[in-house]
Amino acid sequence: MPGPNKNMGTPRPTNLKHNVGRLIGYLKPYRGRMVVVFVCILLQCACNILATSMLTPLLNGLSAKDATVTLTGIAALDNLALTDKTAYLFTMVGMIAGIYLLSLSANYILNRIMVGVSTGTIKRLRTDLFEHMQRLPIKVFDNTTHGELMTRYTNDVDMMNEFIARCIPQMVNSLVTILGVFTAMFILNWALALIMVGMLAIMLVIVKVIGGKSKNNFVAQQNAVGKLNGYLEELTEGQKVVKAFNHEEIAVAEFDEINKHWQLVSGKANSYANMMGPILNNLSHFFYAGISIVGAIMAVNAENPLSYVGIIAAFLLYIRNVTMPIQQISQQINLLFMAVAGAERVFSLMDTPVEVDDGYVTLVNAVIDEKGNVTESATRTGRWAWKHPHHDGTVTYTELKGDVRFEDVTFGYEPDKTVLHDITLYAKPGQKIAFVGSTGAGKTTITNLINRFYDVPDGKIRYDGININKIKKADLRRSLGMVLQDTHLFTGTVMDNIRYGRLDATDEECIAAAKTANAHQFIMHLPEGYQTMLTRDGENLSQGQRQLLSIARAAVADPPVLILDEATSSIDTRTEWLIEKGMDALMEGRTTFVIAHRLSTVRNSNAIMVLEHGRIIERGDHDDLIAQKGKYYQLYTGMFELS
Amino acid sequence: MIRKLLRHAKGYEGKSIATLCLVLFETALEVVLPMFMSYILNTMQLFANGTPLKEALIYLDLQTGQIVSLAENSLTPVTQQLLLSVVVTYGVLMIISAALSLSAGALAGRLCAQAGAGFSRNVRYALFKKIQSFSFSNVDKFSTASLVTRSTTDVNNAQQSFMMIIRTVIRAPAMLIFSCIMAFIRHPDMAWVFLVAVPLLGLVMGILAAKVHPLFLSMLKKYDKMNADVQENLVGIRVVKSFVREDYEEEKYRRSTEEVRKSQLKAERLLILMNPLVNCIVYGTIVTLLIIGGAEIADGRIESGTLTAMMSYCTQILVSVMMICFIAVQLVMSRASIDRIYEVLETEPDIRDGEQKDLQVKDGSIKFDHVNFSYSNNAENLTLTDINLDIASGETVGIIGGTGDGKSSLAQLIPRFYDVLDGSVTVGGVDVREYSLFNLRESVAMVLQKNVLFSGTIRENLLWGNKDATQQEIEAAAKAACAHDFIMSFPDKYETDLGQGGVNVSGGQKQRLCIARALLKKPKIMILDDSTSAVDTATDAQIRYGLKQLDKDMTTIIIAQRISSVEHCDKIVVLNDGKIDAVGTHEQLLKTNQIYQEVYHSQQKGTAEGGEN
Repeated sequence: MPGPNKNMGTPRPTNLKHNVGRLIGYLKPYRGRMVVVFVCILLQCACNILATSMLTPLLNGLSAKDATVTLTGIAALDNLALTDKTAYLFTMVGMIAGIYLLSLSANYILNRIMVGVSTGTIKRLRTDLFEHMQRLPIKVFDNTTHGELMTRYTNDVDMMNEFIARCIPQMVNSLVTILGVFTAMFILNWALALIMVGMLAIMLVIVKVIGGKSKNNFVAQQNAVGKLNGYLEELTEGQKVVKAFNHEEIAVAEFDEINKHWQLVSGKANSYANMMGPILNNLSHFFYAGISIVGAIMAVNAENPLSYVGIIAAFLLYIRNVTMPIQQISQQINLLFMAVAGAERVFSLMDTPVEVDDGYVTLVNAVIDEKGNVTESATRTGRWAWKHPHHDGTVTYTELKGDVRFEDVTFGYEPDKTVLHDITLYAKPGQKIAFVGSTGAGKTTITNLINRFYDVPDGKIRYDGININKIKKADLRRSLGMVLQDTHLFTGTVMDNIRYGRLDATDEECIAAAKTANAHQFIMHLPEGYQTMLTRDGENLSQGQRQLLSIARAAVADPPVLILDEATSSIDTRTEWLIEKGMDALMEGRTTFVIAHRLSTVRNSNAIMVLEHGRIIERGDHDDLIAQKGKYYQLYTGMFELS
Repeated sequence: MIRKLLRHAKGYEGKSIATLCLVLFETALEVVLPMFMSYILNTMQLFANGTPLKEALIYLDLQTGQIVSLAENSLTPVTQQLLLSVVVTYGVLMIISAALSLSAGALAGRLCAQAGAGFSRNVRYALFKKIQSFSFSNVDKFSTASLVTRSTTDVNNAQQSFMMIIRTVIRAPAMLIFSCIMAFIRHPDMAWVFLVAVPLLGLVMGILAAKVHPLFLSMLKKYDKMNADVQENLVGIRVVKSFVREDYEEEKYRRSTEEVRKSQLKAERLLILMNPLVNCIVYGTIVTLLIIGGAEIADGRIESGTLTAMMSYCTQILVSVMMICFIAVQLVMSRASIDRIYEVLETEPDIRDGEQKDLQVKDGSIKFDHVNFSYSNNAENLTLTDINLDIASGETVGIIGGTGDGKSSLAQLIPRFYDVLDGSVTVGGVDVREYSLFNLRESVAMVLQKNVLFSGTIRENLLWGNKDATQQEIEAAAKAACAHDFIMSFPDKYETDLGQGGVNVSGGQKQRLCIARALLKKPKIMILDDSTSAVDTATDAQIRYGLKQLDKDMTTIIIAQRISSVEHCDKIVVLNDGKIDAVGTHEQLLKTNQIYQEVYHSQQKGTAEGGEN
């Protein structure tokens, strides 16, 4: 069963190289700036190593009494060390300060560039993701929870941001520093450097073992967190039911079990993670001790012990320089894995195929003369035509009338589960066709096929004689006005929400549409009339008012064909009556498909289809069906349970 | 705030205190280490230069195996043997200290993780338990979404703070103090530099943080708006696609992301000054130390090892100042979370058990006596006004009225989900406020308008009604609720997994399962709050019939929009704007009540000719 926990489990991404590569590919437009960033990182690392390596000659020079000690290697400076110690001190310290300043500038420049690069890249990533998502078929939204899609925008993209803005520069910096320091060590004394490498290798093995344990435990922790939060969420959402059933104590007991399990697992996982800090922290101390002892033994037996003192002092300083980046890398690695896991989820959404649209018949404004000749018009004429280009380059126009036909349509959301069986029906222009039936009979599915939220094989559904699969989806949908079962309003003013139906509609047109939909009156009672702000799906409006607005929205779109998925089950009948009047006004002269729960709405339809288990079991107008005394009659009278 | 947090460490005090002690020990060892190192370096330096010892020194002589203690200015010449002895002594000491420090640190980390998890469990448990005790109005006040966030995200933040308090909060100041002491012991003439550098560093970080903070807040606001755009788009995706508004939505989103980018850029550009500024102070301190120390080395007053040690202390001191600043920021950030947790924990449930804990509900009679009710406890803003109603045990009563007329509010007073403002509600002859909530609600079943099923099988969900119900009882209830047939049509029948929130069944099926669940309680009063809205008329009628068949003595209250759902009731209550407009049978009301007539005609537009009349 698909669930929100699908993505939990392993934090380790399956295709590391590919996803990192693709993520880095996003930096391509900033190639030039990335080169500068890289140069700055190199400069910064070089400065830090240089500053460190100047300390030893400085200290040696200050205590040196004769020229036997190797200092900077620069003759003038070395002489100065023997002649004027104060001048030597200030020259060297001045140089070190200069190097520090250079390093700080490089750091600032690199960060400044990276801020621009990362914010720009993440913005592009977000818009790419959103744009792609807009083009996905409805099926994807049906099969994925909102929460799951939202995490891609929040958690996952944030992680990727972190990766680009911090992970990349720091990783490069750390790696370069480690390489640089080791090079410097080998130049100074290869024997001691080899000992360092040996000690480091041992430490890395230990870290890897603990890290592996920690990773396993983190997977377990993730699962426990998922379970814990799932239970919490569900029970809190259902809090009122819990109270109605006196279920509080059982809930607390069950929760405590899950909570306890989480505590155990989480404690373990964090134990290993927390141990890493002290281990890495003390790494340098072991290195210090090891190098000091070995170095001292070497110095005692050396011909020139003083130079050894310098080397060892330098090594001790380098150790600090090298353990910091190792600590950083170990922290960054976790971030890297999380970011790549996030990238994987984001990219997988981006790779989900978009809605197929190979339609080439388009909708155009048309002028139609008395003889029925159709010509295309650049301006809105209130009449439309289908523009049908042919292989030989000719174009024919068919007037949009609103004639919809289904021929033997069989459909299932999943291949093995058929929802509609052999549906054949036709709607002539201007007719009102109603679908009646219990929940799950397939009423909404039929409308989902007309607007191609879901696709059926070629030729099964025709619109004005044209196979709907040949019509461009956007144009097809533009010709259909939808009032959906669940009304959704957007953040913005009432006017904005009505105008959503047709973006170029004037205020007057919007108000006229609201009047048609019977919404004008209540809108005028809102604090700021049409300029009242609606927030969070119009939470300040009643269900009925929201429904009226969604009708007004369809009215302003002024489409030739209407689909009304009636959702009045939670509205009281007097409000419903108001809505019906709005709907009736809207349906005037348009081909309309009505899905009705309450039968009073459909009485005056030209044809009523009674659906059961995905089949049309009765069809005809109201009087026919009543005369048939079949299912419709029973439903209509609401009496069959008593007879 | 810290005291509030620590209260929840109950049961983990030992581990918390042990963590503190271990961290202190670890820090002390870390501070001693640079000193050991400087002895090694200095001795080597003296050996190489051929100068005698000036400092006091204690070491283990490798040849004699005795501990030698040299006083200050002993002027002992540094021989090969002395050098080796000193290096090995302090090298081994360093290894031992590092090993001890490592063990202490690792152990502290482990204990801290365990204490943190325990703390988190305690807080979460306290929250959950508190929420369970909340009345409906408490829950309404917080909203379920915010309660969930408080129990998940906020508890996590609090846990992080707690772990930081016991592990780092003590470590940073301890490191600062220990290092300062050591620096002053090692070389007081140089240590005064820290007295300047530390406050300067704190000041710079503080000022910058204060400047950056509002910028980040404004960025977060824009960030929230951007995500709200996505959320809204996801919820309304069918509208977007129906109206072909993909481009329009993309443009809207692009604008939001651009705003986020701009304000993020603004905030980050200021933030990146932090690193160079802080390092400027650090490097400045190092340079000052070099100049002062360098001059002293040149004069032969100190050895270079002492300066190296001072530089180690410099790093330790300044890093701990940075850590303190960082912790302060973290604590400020988590403060909001802790406040949100405490808002819940300190809220008292506003409905509590009555005095007579053992009192059982005698029968299903209900009486409303001059009841006024307001969700906001405000007599100016009444939802129900002066309700008087008498319902005998075993009666079936319909309640009809428009959206917002107070139907659900009226029914919710019976199981005492809310308390009346004035007047009283009596069940079985006793005021509902006298019973224990448990006994009252055992006898009153209510199928809520917003039905909720829980993840688990159908059987598990039905058992909520009565955890000891037999298969026969379950089936009888399911049959009465017209649920048995569709349950049996599933491959796994009663063992069918419902998924979270009952995603695997349709709306109408969900409603019927909820009714069956309520029936299993064998209640004396059954309230159906618009519970069959998604069920077709025929099934609706069947369910009503089934209810009566199952238990004739059960008082049934049906709240409905459809006249057909209530017309056979013993009495029908017509509510209008929070007041009872009329009470009567279907026939009486049809003759006398204007509202009832209106509702009836709006629904029966067609039935007049083909219907039951």
